[in-house]
Amino acid sequence: MQGKRKKELKQSLTAASFLAPSLLGLILFSAVPVVFSMFISLTDWNYVNGIGNWNFVWFENFKKLWSDEWFRASLCNTFVYTVVTVPIGLFLAVVIAALIDQFCAKKLAGMLRVTMYMPKICNIVASAAVWTMLYSTYGPFTQLMKALGWTDPPRFLASYTWALPAVMLMSIWQGLGYHVFLYSASLTSLPKDIYEAADLDGVNGIQRFFYITLPQLKPTTFFLTVTGIISSFKVFGQINVMTHGGPGSSTYTLVYYIYKSAFTYYEMGYASAVAMVLFAILLCVTLYQWHHNKNND
Amino acid sequence: MTTTTKPKNALHIRRDTPVKVLFTILLCAFAIIMIVPFIWMISSSFKQQRDVMSIPIQWIPKNPTWDNFRKVLHINSNGKDYHFMLAYWNSIKVSVLSTTVSICSAMMAGYAFAKLRFRGSNVLFILYLTQMMIPSQLTLIPRFVAFSSLNLTNTHFSIIAPKLISVSATFMMRQAFMGVPNELRESALIDGASEWRTFFNINVPQITPTIGALVTTQFLDSWNSYLDPLVFLPDWRLQTLPIALNQFVGEEGTAYNLVSAACCLTVIPVFIVFLCGQKFFVKGLTVGAVKG
Repeated sequence: MQGKRKKELKQSLTAASFLAPSLLGLILFSAVPVVFSMFISLTDWNYVNGIGNWNFVWFENFKKLWSDEWFRASLCNTFVYTVVTVPIGLFLAVVIAALIDQFCAKKLAGMLRVTMYMPKICNIVASAAVWTMLYSTYGPFTQLMKALGWTDPPRFLASYTWALPAVMLMSIWQGLGYHVFLYSASLTSLPKDIYEAADLDGVNGIQRFFYITLPQLKPTTFFLTVTGIISSFKVFGQINVMTHGGPGSSTYTLVYYIYKSAFTYYEMGYASAVAMVLFAILLCVTLYQWHHNKNND
Repeated sequence: MTTTTKPKNALHIRRDTPVKVLFTILLCAFAIIMIVPFIWMISSSFKQQRDVMSIPIQWIPKNPTWDNFRKVLHINSNGKDYHFMLAYWNSIKVSVLSTTVSICSAMMAGYAFAKLRFRGSNVLFILYLTQMMIPSQLTLIPRFVAFSSLNLTNTHFSIIAPKLISVSATFMMRQAFMGVPNELRESALIDGASEWRTFFNINVPQITPTIGALVTTQFLDSWNSYLDPLVFLPDWRLQTLPIALNQFVGEEGTAYNLVSAACCLTVIPVFIVFLCGQKFFVKGLTVGAVKG
């Protein structure tokens, strides 16, 4: 009996030694900060006041959020950004992946995918800076629009209506390669016999794509939609480099607003409240994903 | 090029040659359009300022010059606060250390979850799962407050230390270790090896492909990381490449040839590494995705 307990203790100690660094990180940089974040979000603490100098206002921050135009604009922009970039990006990707799979020799297919993946490995500041130049008044993008018959193209990043779409286009461009990669990976693992059967039935290419390929890719699409929603809700780099949220509040997003209020105005309490809203949204998305996956297992 | 020798693929159909050629050309054109911004960037970086916006676009600069690169690399001599060589070194240092820290910690934790039996393992595992939902943006403010109260902002430590926990890497490691037969571990233990020895000498060598894939993705992640260094490293001597570039773009934004050169400096090495090590990257990508 004694021996068994001793053995168990030893096992636990070994496990603890393996888990120690990770667990330390988990507690120090994830669990405690979350609790602390909730705590700050209930105060009106400004970093300038110094640590410890906080004043509880309970849910005042959250009440203030709804009457804050900038917050509403951020939430709305983030939402629009997500709703536009995720479906368009995914649809483009699945079409391209299917076309590559169908029409290109293996070597060429690999090359195409790698080429399309380049924007994703480029750091966000560089790609955003390049796109800023492309969008500038005499930049190639604006010139291209002129050449295509748009007589009076706006200054894309300085226009209330066009700044957000311009950023969205850049984001779709950036994420496309990754989506194509993942779709291609799942396409190659699809069962082939169903296509052979369809061939015998004389199904044409478009029908094949919509009635056979798309439904079979559903798990991949679901996964990419969820991760896409999560990452678009966290969009920051593009905004900070290309538009700084402007003009006005037209490209403010949630994370940009958090960054701005926390590290420009040092309103840590308020910024944490915004962060909590972001967290709540992402939590809903993830919980839905788990629920979905559980049902499908 | 014949159409008959193609290996069978998922959308196996009879291929009409003209259609195939047409789509191949279209797809190639699309892929080129995808990298046009980079081509433009590279070509602009060799131009004089007045040629950058000239119409029609000079894809091959008429008066090519290395001056832009020279200026960007030596810009610190004008009293400006960016120093790309230093930023390179900082980026390499931070990325190597971050990757090492996160991979080691994830490997150990993954091993514990896959192979060791201990009390509370299920509860702990669920705890890890819930951490997956927490965005780093939520913990940013508390981390900033904590580090600055300990006078640790403006240190690379503040960027590297949080890498101790990487939930997704831990899960992938766990998955990989679960694929290693238990018999290997058991027989080693019976022969008197300690758990740590079993871990290092028996199990870790079995999962090198996963480790390689994770190293590439984690390295790229921290190499390109933007928000955290932006908040934690205001001092130019410590800045990593994206932050140095960010500052450069903010101050010299209108000198398009210089900005292009600076962008090239940060991007081209990554592209070269990527093109050489494609296979690893591809593996890393798909490893990351199957967990859904």
